[in-house]
Amino acid sequence: MFDTPHRETSVDQTEIKISARGCQVYYGDTHAIKDVSVEIEDKTVTAFIGPSGCGKSTFLRCLNRMNDTIDICRVEGDILLDGEDIYDPKVDPVQLRAKVGMVFQKPNPFPKSIYDNIAYGPRIHGLARNKAELDEIVEKSLRRGAIWNEVKDRLDAPGTGLSGGQQQRLCIARAIATEPEVLLMDEPCSALDPIATAQVEELIDELRQQYSVVIVTHSMQQAARVSQKTAFFHLGNLVEYGETGHIFTNPEDPRTESYITGRIG
Amino acid sequence: MTDMSQPGTAAPSGKNRSSLLAADARTKRRNASERRFRLMGLIAVSIGVLALVGLLTSILGNGLSSFRQTYIALDVYLDPAKLDKSGTRDIEKIKKVTTFGYKPLIEKALVAAIEKAGVDDQGLSGKKIGAMISPEAPATLRNYVIANPDKIGETIPFDLLAGGRIDGFFKGRVTMESAALDRNTSPEQLRLAEALRDKGIVVTRFNWAFFTSPDASDTRPEAAGLGVALLGSAYMMLVVLVLALPIGVAASIYLEEFARQNWLTDLIEVNISNLAAVPSIVFGILGLAAFINFAGLPQSAPIVGGLVLTLMTLPTIIIATRAALKAVPPSIRDAALGVGASKMQTVFHHVLPLAMPGILTGTIIGLAQALGESAPLLLIGMVAFVREYPGAPPEGFFDPASALPVQVYNWTTRGDPAFVERASGAIIVLLAFLLMMNIIAIILRRRFERRW
Repeated sequence: MFDTPHRETSVDQTEIKISARGCQVYYGDTHAIKDVSVEIEDKTVTAFIGPSGCGKSTFLRCLNRMNDTIDICRVEGDILLDGEDIYDPKVDPVQLRAKVGMVFQKPNPFPKSIYDNIAYGPRIHGLARNKAELDEIVEKSLRRGAIWNEVKDRLDAPGTGLSGGQQQRLCIARAIATEPEVLLMDEPCSALDPIATAQVEELIDELRQQYSVVIVTHSMQQAARVSQKTAFFHLGNLVEYGETGHIFTNPEDPRTESYITGRIG
Repeated sequence: MTDMSQPGTAAPSGKNRSSLLAADARTKRRNASERRFRLMGLIAVSIGVLALVGLLTSILGNGLSSFRQTYIALDVYLDPAKLDKSGTRDIEKIKKVTTFGYKPLIEKALVAAIEKAGVDDQGLSGKKIGAMISPEAPATLRNYVIANPDKIGETIPFDLLAGGRIDGFFKGRVTMESAALDRNTSPEQLRLAEALRDKGIVVTRFNWAFFTSPDASDTRPEAAGLGVALLGSAYMMLVVLVLALPIGVAASIYLEEFARQNWLTDLIEVNISNLAAVPSIVFGILGLAAFINFAGLPQSAPIVGGLVLTLMTLPTIIIATRAALKAVPPSIRDAALGVGASKMQTVFHHVLPLAMPGILTGTIIGLAQALGESAPLLLIGMVAFVREYPGAPPEGFFDPASALPVQVYNWTTRGDPAFVERASGAIIVLLAFLLMMNIIAIILRRRFERRW
């Protein structure tokens, strides 16, 4: 009912990167996402907030078809990336995931060296023609991941030996090494301490210059700090979507207000 | 509400507050039950260790002696008058002389050696003295002559097998008392053998032939060896490894990573678990029907044994591999898929390397199981008496052969007590192989293990 007012403030400067129309997700008989329509802008940080189990992670995983790996999951409706339906039978999810990178809740570096962690994506996508180019990509990604200075002397060390915050930044660097256009982050800071969280948030803000970032978070403060747009999910519905400042200061839906003020969730 | 909880809240604050220094009844009961459980565990472990020690002592006590063998060192004159009457050195004519033609030569050589050494012959006849030598010895001599016909007429030094009873006497299996009741030997022969040992003519040394020579008939246990059985087992393990590992791993990867979870995969899963529990002899019947009767493969052949053992090992490998794949954290799969790896790249680049230790361990356990299995092999004719070595692969896979566990079974059914020693020796060899495989499994586990 209140899903239109954001349009007037958003579309004029930035272009739409991802557009979902009437998206429905079922897990077997469970209707997890109910008719969600949302437009995610380029070079913007969009935050998905909402209580646990409201479907925000599920919806995020639809955006790069990670839900394909779950047998009982069924997605209906259209999700367009630059105007192309990503659920079109002709689309190979592997190509899609190279364009839409993902960072997970728990840092999950490969049990390989730091170098190989970053180099894996570029290698399988053939982004580097030789070792020198690959070295360059690794360094650039680690620099953009704001972790280069900490690991430059031990690129051969296992990625699993880093601290939690470093591991998560390594995973972000790994995700941007394949030159994605959209970066999905599923509660990237929930396993991190406040200092590591601050570092990752700073990083997200920098990444906004080049990517469209979508972040799922449980922390409303974090959403308020890093995002320009916020979407509030509740029980599988997209309740409200709009400018972050607007949502947090002047929510239009009573459910949003109750959640933000701590009465539900 | 507060009235009702009064008695409960009174306890900690009231006068009957318990001291931490004195254990209350409840704690005492709890501690007692813990002590009882520990005692039971200790007893269980002790029983296990005792059983193992008992088993090992029995087998080692019976079988270690099979690794030593008594030989008689003789200079045998290869008499041309006996071996090559025509004098033409024609190999076909020489081959016509059977082992019976060689026996007198050995007898004569031993009598001569006794005389030369100046040992009291205990009043034994030449025939009785000759009986101290294994019936295998003339065959050894004949094989040598056929291989080297130009040596006829020369005197050649030989180490010939001593008879089973003489060998048993030096190993403590045969005594003067038992020899007096034995038709195959006599106390005089034993005394003579003892005297000859003092002169260095009879020697006991490491029994290489146990590992290289083929099985021997009931009357010559001293000549029986594991050669054919070792080769047969090795061929079968090769077949099992080449077939079961790729099939098992491919099946598990498909079931675990690619197949959709539905009633069909559930059914397959249940059936694989059931197959793992099917008695091995059933696989033998299946092999007999499918591979020998239907497919027409030869009996007693390592290829058939290998195929049957492959069927038996597959469920073990599949279950172990699936468990290893399941143990790889899903976050690794997410990570790989998230950077745009395909399903197959995810499995082969990330999941499989992490599951490798588990897969290898499962495979080696499966192989060890197959190596020790005898029941299915009995049904496909591998219990046959085989003296011919199977050929080199691949033709050798179709030649008759024996297998280690079947050889053990075979020897335990023979009458001569010397075969009990041989059977125990074969068990030691089998156990040594199993131990080796387990050690390899542990080493591989350690080497491939990575933390995540």
